[in-house]
Amino acid sequence: MPYEAVIGLEVHVQVKTASKIFTRVGAGYGHEPNTLTNEVVLALPGTLPVMNKAALDAIIKAGLLLGCEIAPVCKWDRKQYFYPDSPKNYQISQYDQPICLGGSVEIELPGASRNVMGEHKKIPLTRIHLEEDVGKLNHGAIDSLVDYNRAGTPLMEIVSEPALHSAEEAYAYLTSLRATMIYGGISDCDMEKGQLRCDANISIRPVGETKLGTKVELKNLNSISFVRDGIAHEIKRQIAVLERGGTIIQETRDYDGMTGTSQSLRTKEEAHDYRYFPDPDLMPVQVDDAWKSRIRATCPELPFDKQRRFFEQYQLPYTLTSVLVWDRELADWFEQAVQLAGTEKAQAVGNWIVNDLLRELGNAKQTLAESKVTPAHVAALVKLIDAGTVLTNAAKEIFVDMAATGEMPEVIADHKGLKAAPTNTDELEQWCRDAIAGNAKALAEFKAGKDSAINAFKGPVMKAAKGKANPKLVDETLRKLLASM
Amino acid sequence: MSQPAALNIDHVAKLARIALTPEEKTRFSAQLGDVLHHIEQLSKVDVSGVEPTAHAFPVVNVWADDVARPGLPVADALRNAPAQRDNMIVVPKVVE
Repeated sequence: MPYEAVIGLEVHVQVKTASKIFTRVGAGYGHEPNTLTNEVVLALPGTLPVMNKAALDAIIKAGLLLGCEIAPVCKWDRKQYFYPDSPKNYQISQYDQPICLGGSVEIELPGASRNVMGEHKKIPLTRIHLEEDVGKLNHGAIDSLVDYNRAGTPLMEIVSEPALHSAEEAYAYLTSLRATMIYGGISDCDMEKGQLRCDANISIRPVGETKLGTKVELKNLNSISFVRDGIAHEIKRQIAVLERGGTIIQETRDYDGMTGTSQSLRTKEEAHDYRYFPDPDLMPVQVDDAWKSRIRATCPELPFDKQRRFFEQYQLPYTLTSVLVWDRELADWFEQAVQLAGTEKAQAVGNWIVNDLLRELGNAKQTLAESKVTPAHVAALVKLIDAGTVLTNAAKEIFVDMAATGEMPEVIADHKGLKAAPTNTDELEQWCRDAIAGNAKALAEFKAGKDSAINAFKGPVMKAAKGKANPKLVDETLRKLLASM
Repeated sequence: MSQPAALNIDHVAKLARIALTPEEKTRFSAQLGDVLHHIEQLSKVDVSGVEPTAHAFPVVNVWADDVARPGLPVADALRNAPAQRDNMIVVPKVVE
């Protein structure tokens, strides 16, 4: 029987703020244990939370980027539970009045091949709310160690509708969501640092069935690839259970990306009873149009909108847009270079970036900002090639040099003798004459109107010029001579 | 609103993570029962047309700018911890 998977994702994204959500001690990753705490983080008696304005700005931005409705009023609730990761024994969250409602994440599915753009879809969101992150537990053999550095970091919970139907869609969803958050400067979304975490609710049902099957929650998906692999594995596992005549039990499973297996987590029999109630220490937040407009003015163009514009404005192929648009810095860099080189050279500029610049960055383990190559370098190189001053092979060599030294391409070409030659037109004319004289068949064909026959003469000319002749000049000289014959 | 759910003192004690003696259970059951009874009376008030609110005062948008300040030294942060190791608080092994 064919089955359909139904997947909903709950994604937690840490907001990149200088201080914590409800107190002004620093927030961050990689600090010595328990060095980012204060009396509020540790919930010492008598302390009160004070909202971080930047965290609100960030979630409103996330909501606007994802097309959510921003609630005019939202409030804060206490979610009560005992667990050592939460020093207050409750987590401040948003229960029935989240700040963002609805919205969607645009995704791009893999195409028929790497060079072909796949289908685009919009995956609807249920809500996004803001809450505080909890501390980190390090489990040992006999006890657990608690580090409260992470506790109180602003955390967004982004909940999708159960509208994803494959591991590939979930992968595309996370890729797009992550890029959106990074573009917006909302979070760095480094999964290794726990800045983006994902839980998946997965069920399957026979194709055509409208009722949802029993869902299984998959946790511990700590890289985007593990999310894809974990979901694919879970869908297969559920189908196998049903085909054997078994039933899916509602449970939480832990996926181990290293072994590609999952196991049921023993959970408390008793259902969670969080006893949410409004937090009396925090006042509601009211978001008016002026606030939304201020944030909207800071919203960047999103990757897929950029891709559509790059197709339109620069006629770039998908092979280039699919690399350029995912990195805001790189896309901006590309546009700066195109501005200097001219729009008609956009594809050439794109090729140099995607093929050569990224290779050099990779070899040198550099970031774009660290590179000695600037948009002006690439624009200058493209112009040199266009003018026939340097040939492609020489340009490749120049690029490597440029990346190493930061010299402008013309300087390198001069210095290393990489400019096309000869400048001596008499010599070039003689090579051209010899080439034409040596190929009577091509001459006859050209005279008979076959324009491409001219190419037969170029090889011998280039050979005589030891590959350094300016191809534009060779073409012009040949045509001039042939016209007079 | 419906009648308050029957008070299960064992469940409440478990959620609050406290152990109660039989005497305490009897005493607290009576006290919590009174609270529930009071709420029951409140829920009889006609509030149709009254905007639900989480606070008595119409104050919104109370916040501070995102400026990080130094926190507690680790030694102070851990002073209440019954046990510590590697600058972390030691708790019984918990896995959920």
